[in-house]
Amino acid sequence: MTAPLLAVEGLSVRFRSGGRMLPAVDGLDIAIAAGETVAVVGESGCGKSVTALAIMGLLPAPPDCAVAGRAALDGVDLLSLPPEGLRRLRGRAMAMVVQEPRTSLNPVFTVGDQIAEAVRVHTACSARAARARAVELLELVRIPDAARRLDDYPHRFSGGMRQRVMIAIAMACDPRLLIADEPTTALDVTIQAQILDLLGDLQARFGMALLLITHDLGVVARMARRVVVMYAGRKVEEAPLRPLFAAPRHPYTQGLMRASPHHAPAGGGRRLAEIPGVVPPLDALPLGCAFAPRCPVAFDRCRDERPAVLPAGDGRLAACFRAAGEAAPA
Amino acid sequence: MNRDRPAWRLARVVLRRLLQAVPIVLGVLVVNFLILRLAPGDIADVLAGESGVATPGYVAELRTRFGLDRPVWVQLFAYVSNAALLDLGWSFRHARPVAELIAARLVPTLILMAASTTLAVGLGIVLGVLAARRVNRPIDAVISTLALLCYATPLFWIGLMMIVLFAVQLGWLPSGGFETLGTGATGLGRILDIARHALMPAVALALFYLALYTRLTRASMLETLTQDYVRTARAKGLPERLVVFKHALANAVLPTVTMTGVQINSLLGGAVLVETVFAWPGIGRLAYEAVFTRDHNLLLGILFLSSVLVILVNLLVDLLYAVLDPRIEAA
Ligand SMILES: Nc1ncnc2c1ncn2[C@@H]1O[C@H](COP(=O)(O)OP(=O)(O)OP(=O)(O)O)[C@@H](O)[C@H]1O
Ligand SMILES: [Mg+2]
Repeated sequence: MTAPLLAVEGLSVRFRSGGRMLPAVDGLDIAIAAGETVAVVGESGCGKSVTALAIMGLLPAPPDCAVAGRAALDGVDLLSLPPEGLRRLRGRAMAMVVQEPRTSLNPVFTVGDQIAEAVRVHTACSARAARARAVELLELVRIPDAARRLDDYPHRFSGGMRQRVMIAIAMACDPRLLIADEPTTALDVTIQAQILDLLGDLQARFGMALLLITHDLGVVARMARRVVVMYAGRKVEEAPLRPLFAAPRHPYTQGLMRASPHHAPAGGGRRLAEIPGVVPPLDALPLGCAFAPRCPVAFDRCRDERPAVLPAGDGRLAACFRAAGEAAPA
Repeated sequence: MNRDRPAWRLARVVLRRLLQAVPIVLGVLVVNFLILRLAPGDIADVLAGESGVATPGYVAELRTRFGLDRPVWVQLFAYVSNAALLDLGWSFRHARPVAELIAARLVPTLILMAASTTLAVGLGIVLGVLAARRVNRPIDAVISTLALLCYATPLFWIGLMMIVLFAVQLGWLPSGGFETLGTGATGLGRILDIARHALMPAVALALFYLALYTRLTRASMLETLTQDYVRTARAKGLPERLVVFKHALANAVLPTVTMTGVQINSLLGGAVLVETVFAWPGIGRLAYEAVFTRDHNLLLGILFLSSVLVILVNLLVDLLYAVLDPRIEAA
């Protein structure tokens, strides 16, 4: 296997809170090959967005936040890059689309200005050329009447249209990696499908890798080749799409599947909130497996010892004593 | 093409706002007139008192001469219809037309207002951004403490202390007046001379608002810096300079613009104090003198002018706001 485009290894992010450093992400490994789509799923608060922000270098500065581990893009470790070096990669080699299109565009500048700006910051080109490129990008994300809409302000666009503008900004410099953090969660069902289509088409056309963060297993089924399941800041399972849906190994993944019928239409799946119990708060993580208090099949060892992420057959990984085939006491 | 449509709409808004202002100005005129007429004592009392011939006959004669013996509503009607033609009447105290008196004092006051507003807004924004960028660090603490001090210190005390320090002790700046008399300086030399005179009164008048804008800008910068669009700007790879001064500040400056309108409206009140302390020949001092000499016509004229100024400034601020915040569609 060739070196992946993005290799996240042992990523840990801790936030300062009342004099303590609480782990929001802990020892996370994710690898994405060029052009591949990997989905990251998990309940609210499990550290998905924090992971995205860590890769983009957009987390708060120390001492409020401490990041450790590696996140190499094309062999360059983003986490040890000086701020200026990282800035040059942001928006050029890697780009991000986030959940809330209504607040993610600056209300006092035209969309054309905000797209052209993304072009000009990384390429030496005239204002006129950047404007022409902005029209091109708006057409790329299928905004009708692109040339005329360039001088409109964000409040003139619907939520779906604004998300298209956000995608246009992200595509400004042909990134090799696009991180989409719940790109459709805030949108209507019909619009969600259009945005997912658009992302899929853009990926097919430009061959960028897509790190797709979502709550929605319908979205996962539609878009991803490989899935990473997170719980309480850690990876609990990773598997190719079909085997994962056919036979989830981790009890948490099984819970997610039960909570969200995977035959749901793409983008129409329910949010994953129906597993009994709640995600433990960061300052009260259990000693052993973080899922043990909610797990229907947990046994003593789960509460005392944290299971490592281990191979679970067929190129799959799982962090569960039961999934790894270790004997449980009867 | 679709450029002139907003422009036309803007022009219509301006016209409508100006028309709406007419009854307001009229109301201000009438109320001021009635209040001053109903207050005890008029110019006849003061003049007669000063001349020492305060016989009832002499006072009555003065009243007749000034038209003060006519019924109040007749006086009111005459005053308002004259004012509509920009004839603000006659100052019996100065024996000159009110409009002429005001015109002579208008320029120094406008200089003072422009200088102090520019200083307060400009420096306030810079200090506010600086403090927000270094929140809870030493420089933020210094700026915030200074702002609080300026905010709480009375204007006249600051004025007097500045005179004591910079004019009397150090001798760097003139203690008062508009320009050095008798130098015959023209052009740049005169401008510099006036600027030297204007410096202390402008700073004294600006300090309170400088503090206010610093605090306001700091608070709204802290808020805008956490907004999603600021993260978008960073995610694009924009340099921090653009993230802060373009994306965050363009939004954070909006409350300051609103406040500037309020400041200019109340500046005339501050001008009375500062112009008196620094012997600045402006409208504020003129108004102050008019009160004490019962020069009602002059006072009415000044109040009329300031209400017109307030309306114009408000209109200007609203227009500026509409330009800065495209979400405000000129309705
Ligand atoms: N800036 C921050 N300071 C302190 N704690 C934070 C910060 N950002 C995130 N956290 C905490 O880190 C944890 C993970 O948050 P994160 O936003 O990554 O969750 P998520 O998986 O994206 O959830 P959602 O599905 O709701 O978006 C949460 O407990 C959150 O409270
Ligand atoms: Mg999130």
